[in-house]
Amino acid sequence: MELVTFFGVAILAVASALGLVLRRNPIHGALFLVVNLGCVAVLYLLLGAEFLALAQIIIYAGAIMVLFVFAIMVLIPGKEETGPDPLRPQRLLAVPLGAVLLLEAVLVLRSHVVGGGSSRFPGHQPGSPLAAVPPAVRPGGIESVGRLLLGDYLFAFEVTSVLLLAALVGVLTLAKRKAE
Amino acid sequence: MDAALLPLAPLVVVAGTTVVLILLDLLPPRTSKVHLGVVALVGIVATLVSALFLWGRAGRAFSGVVVLDNFALFFDVVICYAVALVLLLSLDYLRRNGMERGEYYILVLFATLGMLLMAHAADLIVIFLALELMSLSLYVLAGFFQARLTAAESAMKYFLLGAFATGFFVYGIALIYGAAGTTALDRVGAALGSATRDPLLLIGLGLLLVGFGFKISSVPFHMWAPDVYEGAPTSVAALIATGSKAAGFAGLLRVLLSTFRGAQPDWTALLWVLAVLTMTVGNVVAIAQSNLKRMLAYSSIAHVGYMLVGVVAGGPLGAGGVLFYLLVYSFATAGAFGVILLLERGRQEAVNQDDYGGLAARHPVLALTLALFLLSLIGMPPTAGFAGKFYLFGAAVRSGYIWLAVIAVLNSAVAAYYYLRVIVYMYMRDQEGVPTEPAPSFAGRLALGIALWGVFQLGLMPAPVLDLAQAAVAPLLR
Repeated sequence: MELVTFFGVAILAVASALGLVLRRNPIHGALFLVVNLGCVAVLYLLLGAEFLALAQIIIYAGAIMVLFVFAIMVLIPGKEETGPDPLRPQRLLAVPLGAVLLLEAVLVLRSHVVGGGSSRFPGHQPGSPLAAVPPAVRPGGIESVGRLLLGDYLFAFEVTSVLLLAALVGVLTLAKRKAE
Repeated sequence: MDAALLPLAPLVVVAGTTVVLILLDLLPPRTSKVHLGVVALVGIVATLVSALFLWGRAGRAFSGVVVLDNFALFFDVVICYAVALVLLLSLDYLRRNGMERGEYYILVLFATLGMLLMAHAADLIVIFLALELMSLSLYVLAGFFQARLTAAESAMKYFLLGAFATGFFVYGIALIYGAAGTTALDRVGAALGSATRDPLLLIGLGLLLVGFGFKISSVPFHMWAPDVYEGAPTSVAALIATGSKAAGFAGLLRVLLSTFRGAQPDWTALLWVLAVLTMTVGNVVAIAQSNLKRMLAYSSIAHVGYMLVGVVAGGPLGAGGVLFYLLVYSFATAGAFGVILLLERGRQEAVNQDDYGGLAARHPVLALTLALFLLSLIGMPPTAGFAGKFYLFGAAVRSGYIWLAVIAVLNSAVAAYYYLRVIVYMYMRDQEGVPTEPAPSFAGRLALGIALWGVFQLGLMPAPVLDLAQAAVAPLLR
C-alpha cells in the first residue's frame, strides 16, 4: 500500500514539476507548483514527518504560493477575462462542498478540544495508539523537530536568523534605489 | 567570555560589529558614511587580533557544528586581511562614485561573517548557511552601483548562476545525509570509512564539488566571473576574488581532506582534470582581454587552477601550499584591483589597457606598485608569487604528479605575457587625450602599502608563514 502511494505521488510530483517548467502561462505554472508542493507534503507524511508535511502545506502551498500568484497577477497582466465564465456550473458545487468542510472542521474540533481536553496535542490523547510511544523518540513529530531545532541544530537555527537579517538589509538596499 | 563560546570569538566580533553598524547607520550624519567604514575596519582588525590570539587553541561549540582549530584560524587571518584591504579601498571609492551608503559596509561585514563561518563550520548544514550568507550579501554588493547597466547584469548573473550552484550543493548534502544519516563532517567521514565506494556518497561529493567549484570559479563553473568582476564595484570585485575564494577553499579543503579522505583516489583524478582545465582556460582567455578587470578575472581563474594543483598533491606540503598561496594571491590581487580603483580617466574608472599608457612617466610610484603586484601574480622572485608557486608545484612533483607540475609551469609562462603587456603599456607607451589621474585617497594608498608589504614579506621570508600554513592543515590530515 505504501509503495503504491509512493509511486503514485512520486509520478504526480514529477509530472507537476514538468508541467511547471513546460507551461508558458505563469498562472498555470504556479498551480502546478501547488500540486508539486502538495505531493512533496504527502512524501513527508509517508516518511512519518507529520510536522514537516503540515508546515509544507501551510507555509509553502499556502502562504508562499498566495504571494506567488499575487506577484504574477500584479506584474504580468494577462488577457482580461471576458465573456461568460465557462466553469459557471461548478460554482453551484461550492456551497455544499463548503458546508461539508465546515461540518468536518466542527466535528474535529469537538472531538479534540471539547471531548479530549486532557491533552492539547491530538496525537497524544490517552487511548490513541501513538500515546504509547514517548514523544521524544517518535521522529517527525513536533516535539522531535523542536528538540532538533533548539538542540543539535541550535547554531544553524541562529545563523538562519542572521541570514534573514542580511537578506533584509540586501532587499532594503535594492529597493531604496528604485525610489531615488 | 564563556569557555564554551571561545571557539566563536572571531565570529562574535564580526557579528557584533555588524549589528553596531546597522544601528549606527540610522544616526546622523546622513551625507557621510565614512565613519561606518572606520568602525567596520576596527571590527575586522579586532577579529584579526582575536584570531591571532587564539592561535594554537582547539575546541568545538554547539554540539560540534562549529570548530576552532588552526586551519580555521589561518583562514580567519587571510579573510580578515582581504576584507581590511577592501574596506580601506572603499572609504574614498564610494564617495567618488556618489554611492556613499551605510548598507555597503553592513553587507561587506555580513559577507565576511559568512566567509569566517565557512572556515569554522564542521557540519554540512552550517557550511551551506555560511555559503548562503556570504553569497547573498555579495549578490547585492555586485549590483551596488545602480547607475551602471553592467552592475545590474553583474548582480543578476551572479545571483541566477549562484542560486543554481546552491541547488547542486543542497542536493549533494541531501544525498550525503541519505547515505551517512548525518550532516556532521566527522561522522560522515566515519560512515565513509566503512563504505568507501557507496555511489550515493560519491555522487553527493560530486555535487558538493560543483557548488564549491562555482564559488572558487574553477572551470567549467567559471563563466560568471568576468562579467561579475567587470560590472561590480572594483572594491567588491576584489572582495569576491580574494575573500570569497578563500572561504570556498576553506570549505573545499575541510570536506575533501578530512571528511572524504577515504575517497581520495576518486576525487584526486577528478581534480587533476579540473586543475589543468582551470589554469589553461583562465590563462589562454586572459590573453584576449583588453579590459583590466576582465583580465584579472581570468587571471584569478588561472590562479584557482594553480591552487587545485596543491589540493591534488595533498599532504601537509600540498594543502599547506594552498593556504600559503591563498594569502600571497590575496595580497597581490587585492593590490592590483586597488590600483585600478584609484585611477580615473576623465571621471571614468581606468579599466582599459589604453588608460595605462605612459603612467610610469607621470605617476612612477603608482605604476611601480601595480607592476610589482603583476610581477607577483606572474611569480617572479623576490615577490611572494614566486615562493607560493614554488611550494605548490614542488609539492606536486614530490607527490609524483610530474606532468601536472609541468603543465602548471607552462601555464605560468603563458600568463607572463598578459601581465607583462600591462607593464609594457605603463612604461613604453604614450597616452593621448585625457590623462589618467589617481584619486587623492590616503586610505587607498595605505591599503596598497599593506598589500605591497605582504607581497615582499612573504616573498623574502616565506618560511615562517609556510610553517604556520602547514601547522594549520595538520589537524585535518591527522
